[in-house]
Amino acid sequence: MELLRTDRITKSYQDRTIVRDISIHLEKQELISLLGLSGSGKTTILNIMSGLVQPDSGKVFLEDRDITGQPGQISYMLQKDLMLPHKRVIDNVALPLVIAGMGKKEAREKADPYFARFDLEGTQMLYPSQMSGGMRQRAALLRTYLSSRGVILLDEPFSALDMITREQLHAWYLDIMAEMKLSTILITHDADEAIKLSDRIYILAGSPGEIRHEFRIDVPRDERKEFNVTPEFAAWKRQIRDALRESAE
Amino acid sequence: MKEKSASIRDKLLPAATFAGIIALWWILSATEIVPGYMLPSPPAVAEAFIRDFPNLMEHAAVTLKEAIYGLLIGTALAFGLACAMDRFLNLEKAVLPVLVTTQTIPTIAIAPLLVLWMGFGMAPKIVLVVITTFFPIAVGLLDGFKSADPDAIALLRSMKATRGQIFRHVKIPAALPYFFSGLRISASYAVVGAVISEWLGGFEGLGVYMTRVRKAYAFDKMFAVILLIVIVSLLLMKAVNLLKTVSMPWLKYAPETAGQHG
Repeated sequence: MELLRTDRITKSYQDRTIVRDISIHLEKQELISLLGLSGSGKTTILNIMSGLVQPDSGKVFLEDRDITGQPGQISYMLQKDLMLPHKRVIDNVALPLVIAGMGKKEAREKADPYFARFDLEGTQMLYPSQMSGGMRQRAALLRTYLSSRGVILLDEPFSALDMITREQLHAWYLDIMAEMKLSTILITHDADEAIKLSDRIYILAGSPGEIRHEFRIDVPRDERKEFNVTPEFAAWKRQIRDALRESAE
Repeated sequence: MKEKSASIRDKLLPAATFAGIIALWWILSATEIVPGYMLPSPPAVAEAFIRDFPNLMEHAAVTLKEAIYGLLIGTALAFGLACAMDRFLNLEKAVLPVLVTTQTIPTIAIAPLLVLWMGFGMAPKIVLVVITTFFPIAVGLLDGFKSADPDAIALLRSMKATRGQIFRHVKIPAALPYFFSGLRISASYAVVGAVISEWLGGFEGLGVYMTRVRKAYAFDKMFAVILLIVIVSLLLMKAVNLLKTVSMPWLKYAPETAGQHG
């Protein structure tokens, strides 16, 4: 079933059109990627979907409800982990609950049980500066999860991590997505990451950015973890690289 | 091990400089290169300090009271104005240049006016301290609010946070290091400000006492007062540092940023 849909979104800043006629959709428990080169307007699209920015034209629908320009409907994880340095990890994670009006103590109690599942047990009372990059990213994901109504927007969340940590997080995210029945839109410039994780990939290219291609990667979730070392993966990569290259010209 | 010896060195170096200055002073007065009636020797100052101690404490209590009241009121006003300027950009545009201009007016020129307007009691002293301490705190806070990470603000907005929630969870914590830098400068101004305003009229306080002993040419007592003013100022700055450590407990886990604004 169609969960989130954008209908011909266009946005300009100071006479420069950043993205044009972006129509994409996300189904329940699906992971889709917006794959694009730098400057193709990926983040603008996420800002519009999350309600932070109003599009010039076009609309965003969540379960057929118009949510254009309304923040707080879907949860958004930005590029940086954005753990607030002055809050303990548990208060960082519980922040969306506090923002929604819950008391601090109650919010902590509600967030606490998730720590184990997010491989964060024992970090509750630490400050973010005491954690590794991978841990901070998982904590940021948990915070995103706690602010979510099932739809999660991720803006290059894994790009700042080393390869091993990134692979671990990929595997972990696929598990957690299945378990928590999440639906995800991932923004990335990394074709490998997009192919490995996505059910579908939209190629965003040009200036203004437009959707140029759509690929469906038909690989079951449980085969994903080792997918990137198969010949099939290499074939996908060639196809997507060609698409990117062609759109860049 | 290396870190430890470095921290010992960091403490020893300034201590050695102070010792050197005092030694030089001692030599100058002991050899009578500078005559004793102009510059009393360190032991003479120490003796005056000890002999005069109860008297000094009494006056110091008054000065400290003025400094702290002034500092508290100055901080409260600075906080209010900085918040308002952060909220309303036009207010900042209208008020900030005026604030900067007022900083060029010499304190010593306003102090006698304040005495004329408000009399010889505590009020003109406190007002002068408010005037001198207000600015570094207000500007520090304003810079601090602006230093808040726009992405963190976007994150809270995406959670549908209100303006007040963004202020409380992002802007105020971001401004704390700046606030404490300003407060520390203001704390050192506060004591000096109180003393200056006491010079110009009053019944008690270190400034009043200083004027009195100067008129009696009791230079050893005069130096003892100066010494006490230095000690009080340093203690007040130390207290601000302590307050900073207590209110920002996360800093001790981030050594690479701990000293950034300290």
